[in-house]
Formats: sequence, C-alpha cells, structure tokens
Amino acid sequence: MQSSSASNSAPTPPPRFKRPSMFSWAVGLVFLALFIQGVLVVEVTPGRLAQGAVNLVDFVGRAIPPAQKDLDTVGWAMLETLYIAIVGVVAGVVLSVPFALLAARNTTPHVLVRVITRFLIASMRTIPDLVWALIFVVAVGLGPLAGVLAIVMDTIGFAARFFSERIEEVHPGPSEALASTGAGRLSVIGGAIMPETLASMTATSLFSFEKALRSAVTLGLVGAGGIGVELAAAMRLYNYDEALTIIIAILICVLGFEQISSAIRKRVI
Amino acid sequence: MNAIEVNDVHKSFGELHVLRGIELTIPRGECVILLGANGSGKSTLIRCLNGLARPDAGAVRINGELLTGAGVRRLRRLRRQIGVVFQHFNLVPNVSALQNVLYGALGRQRGGLLRTLPAFAPNELRERAMACLDRVGMADYAASDCRHLSGGQQQRVAIARTLLQNPEVLIADEPVASLDPRAGRAVMELLIEVVRERGMTVLCSLHQLELASEYGDRVVGMKAGRIELDGARQSIGRASMSGLYEGVVRVDHAPSHAGVAAAAESA
Ligand SMILES: Nc1ncnc2c1ncn2[C@@H]1O[C@H](COP(=O)(O)OP(=O)(O)O)[C@@H](O)[C@H]1O
Ligand SMILES: [Mg+2]
Repeated sequence: MQSSSASNSAPTPPPRFKRPSMFSWAVGLVFLALFIQGVLVVEVTPGRLAQGAVNLVDFVGRAIPPAQKDLDTVGWAMLETLYIAIVGVVAGVVLSVPFALLAARNTTPHVLVRVITRFLIASMRTIPDLVWALIFVVAVGLGPLAGVLAIVMDTIGFAARFFSERIEEVHPGPSEALASTGAGRLSVIGGAIMPETLASMTATSLFSFEKALRSAVTLGLVGAGGIGVELAAAMRLYNYDEALTIIIAILICVLGFEQISSAIRKRVI
Repeated sequence: MNAIEVNDVHKSFGELHVLRGIELTIPRGECVILLGANGSGKSTLIRCLNGLARPDAGAVRINGELLTGAGVRRLRRLRRQIGVVFQHFNLVPNVSALQNVLYGALGRQRGGLLRTLPAFAPNELRERAMACLDRVGMADYAASDCRHLSGGQQQRVAIARTLLQNPEVLIADEPVASLDPRAGRAVMELLIEVVRERGMTVLCSLHQLELASEYGDRVVGMKAGRIELDGARQSIGRASMSGLYEGVVRVDHAPSHAGVAAAAESA
C-alpha cells in the first residue's frame, strides 16, 4: 500500500484512529434501539430475575441428591445417544467427501455443480440440527433414526465445508504431475489430493463427532431418540432428582469423549 | 517422424501475449535445450505440449497425432507418451518415495490408483519401481516421506517416476532451477544420462546460459514469446545466446508464485 509509506513521513495518524463514520453511528444507534426494545419485549425485569433465582434454588434443592434408581435406563439411553452420534457422524463424514469434491474449485466437474453443491451444503449447515430432527420425526417417525438423519445433515453441513476448503488449499503441482502421466480424474484425486488432506479431514471428523454427541443429547427433546427423551420426560413429570442424574451422565460422557477425541486429534495433526 | 510439432501457437493470459506464433519441430531421438530469460514463455510453451495449458491458436502434434483439441481419452493416451519433469518436482507429500515413483504407472497400469499402491501393486511393477529408484541413486530412500528429502533428492525421485512411466518424449521445465549449483549439475548429468539410455526425445528448458552450452544436441532460444534462435549447439556462439537476455527486464517469478509476487508488490 502506498499510504503506509506516506504515513512514515507525514505525521498523520494511522487509519485505525479514524473517527467513526456516519455509517458506524447509524449502525450503533440501530443496535441500541433494538436492544432496548428487546429488553422490553422479553420483559426482563428485576422482579422476574429474582423469582427465577428462587425457583432455581428450589429446583436444585429438589434435585439433590440425584436419583439412583433406573440407572440402567439412563445407561441405555446414554448408549443410544452414543450410537446415534457414531452412526450419524460416520455416514455424514463419508458423504461429506463426495460433497466436498463436487464443491471444491479444483475438483468439481463443472462450475454449475459447484454452485449447487455449495448451496446444498450451506443449507444443511444453516438449518439447525433440532429443526432437521423435527423434519425427520415427521418423515420417519419418533425414535433414533430421525436423530441419526438429523446428525448426518448437520455433519455434512459442517464437515463438507471444511473438507472442500482444505481441498482448495492443496498445491496444484502434484495433481498436475499425476495428470501428466495420463492418469484419470479419480486417480488424481485419490493419489495427489487425498494424501495431502487426510490428516486435516481426520481432525475435522473427530471434531464433528464431539459436536454430534452434544447435539444427539438435545435431539431427544424433540423425540428423535437418545437420552434427551428421558431428560424431557423427567422434567415434565417434575422428577428433578432423575433429571439431575441424567444431566450428570451427559456431563461425564460428553466430557470423557471430548478428552479422548482431542487426544487423538493432537496425535494425527 | 517428428516427436513434437508445434505450429503457430499463440497463448495469452488476459492482456499478456505470452506465446507469439511458436514454430518448433523436434525429430525423434533429439535432445533439445530450450533457453530463455525468465518470463520469456518457456513454461507456458512446455505446458502446451501436454495439455496442461491450452493454446489460443495453433496446433501441437505428438508423434504426428494432434494434441490440441483432443478429447479426454486421446489426451490421456498422448500424455502417457510424454513424461514431465517439473521445476518444483511436484511430488505428493505424505506418501513414500516409492509410492511417488509408482504413480508414474497411473496412466498405463490397468486397475488405476489401487494397483499403484505399494500394498496392492503387482510384484513385477513394484520391482520395476525399485529399479528406477535405484537408477537415480535413491533406493535407500524408498520408504521416506518426500518432504524430508533435499531438493536434489526430490528431483531424483521425480525422474524415477518418469522412468517408470517410460515415455517416448520427455519435457523438463527448468529441472534444476530450484537446486543449488552443485546438486543442479549432478541432477542435470543424471537426467541427460537416463534419457540417452532410453533413447527418449527431450525438450528441456533452462534459463542458465552456462548449462545450456553444455548439454543437448540443439539449442532453441526464446525471447518475449518468440523463437529467436535455433541451431546445433556447437554452431551457436555464446554471444548469440547472451542476446536472448539483452533488454529483458528481470521478472523473477514463476507463474506458480505470481499470486504471491502480486501480493508482495501491493503490500
Ligand atoms: N497462469 C498464468 N496466468 C497469468 N500469467 C501467466 C500465467 N503463466 C505464466 N504467466 C505469465 O506469462 C509470462 C511467461 O511466463 P512463463 O511461461 O512462466 O515464462 P518462463 O517459464 O520462461 O519464465 C510471464 O510474464 C508470466 O507471469
Ligand atoms: Mg518457467
């Protein structure tokens, strides 16, 4: 930039000390207005917050000690959650690879295919997992299958995007070298692009699993199987001690798997 | 018969007219050095010879067969007959040197990629790949990840990859430009030796005068997208070779670094 060399000689302040423009003022004012109106609409009042605190203490009092009966039910529900996450993530990651290859600039067969695939991936990412779960509950009924399908969608939305960005970063040289031997398109992708992206894809997949495990927990709240179903039931029946047991089980499981997965991720990168 | 025939080839990148009517004929078995300053269009010409770049106009023939405008099948068949050695080696990272050599068989081996993985490759192919590594003095490094090899070693592996491919024509784009002078000379000697053994037709670009005057049967000189010089190596004096560099503003960036250079300029 020319301005940087100019500013060395002239004592004008660097751009970051520029006074806020009219635009910044306008944006700031609009946000302030929205914030004030928001506070009014959701009725944030000191009285309600105080009442909430009282209720929370009451909840905690009734939840402690956590219930110790039905531990096997909780265990099974947790296991089901784990299965939903595993099956959903494996299917999602496997499907992400072709999606990513179709979406990456350097591997797509046609720009039109690229645009369409990117749009599909963006939709899968933008629609929240709970909404996908609601849709699949309608499509395949209550139960874990709806949860698995929701996680597949969520995983593709997340992983395919990262995969394709990584694929676009791959240096063109090795691919050109393989194409120069007369290799076909798929051989070039498998021989030159995959080896360079595999480590990063593995890390992304493990990260997807951590994400999926957290979302598998909540999917049950809309009836898509797993431990969320038990949690929703316990809360509705005011069995707060049971709810606490479930929450503790979730905490242990999710934390445990995050530890394992981040340990593996550190090793593959 | 001619191995390479280039007729009136033009190529532009936006406003930049890089190849301005190239005429070049290389008979079978000849070893030609393509000399020219940086930016004269050597890489672009070489990339037009195996379809990595498409000329805007003109024709390229390999062994008499038209490459320009070829469909996927014919392009792949022709590419099998043309080996390429790149300035930056272009080995695949994260896989072994042996695997990189085996990739040389991708175009020919039935069964595609799977049959070139060391675990699934036929014994005979794996042995030939090892022999190629041995020929370039890299047999001891068969299992090494290429990122851990020196530049000279990487280029040797790349030459072994081309040997396994066993093409009739070899095009090399400044094969020693990114090596230090000593390693560069050794690799250049090796390259010339192996192509002589196999009787390959060679077009090898160089931008260093010193090397050009030592290798090859014939020297072709490029300047600003045109062929300015063409003749038997012995008959061309150094003075006329030097002429290729006169009035040339040095732009020291390869096309693969053009983006980086542009960013550096604007920074
Ligand atoms: N892909 C490309 N896009 C834009 N410009 C290019 C591209 N490839 C080469 N050029 C430009 O074309 C000119 C000739 O480049 P090149 O063929 O690499 O010359 P040489 O190999 O003789 O140094 C240079 O000015 C270079 O910047
Ligand atoms: Mg070049």
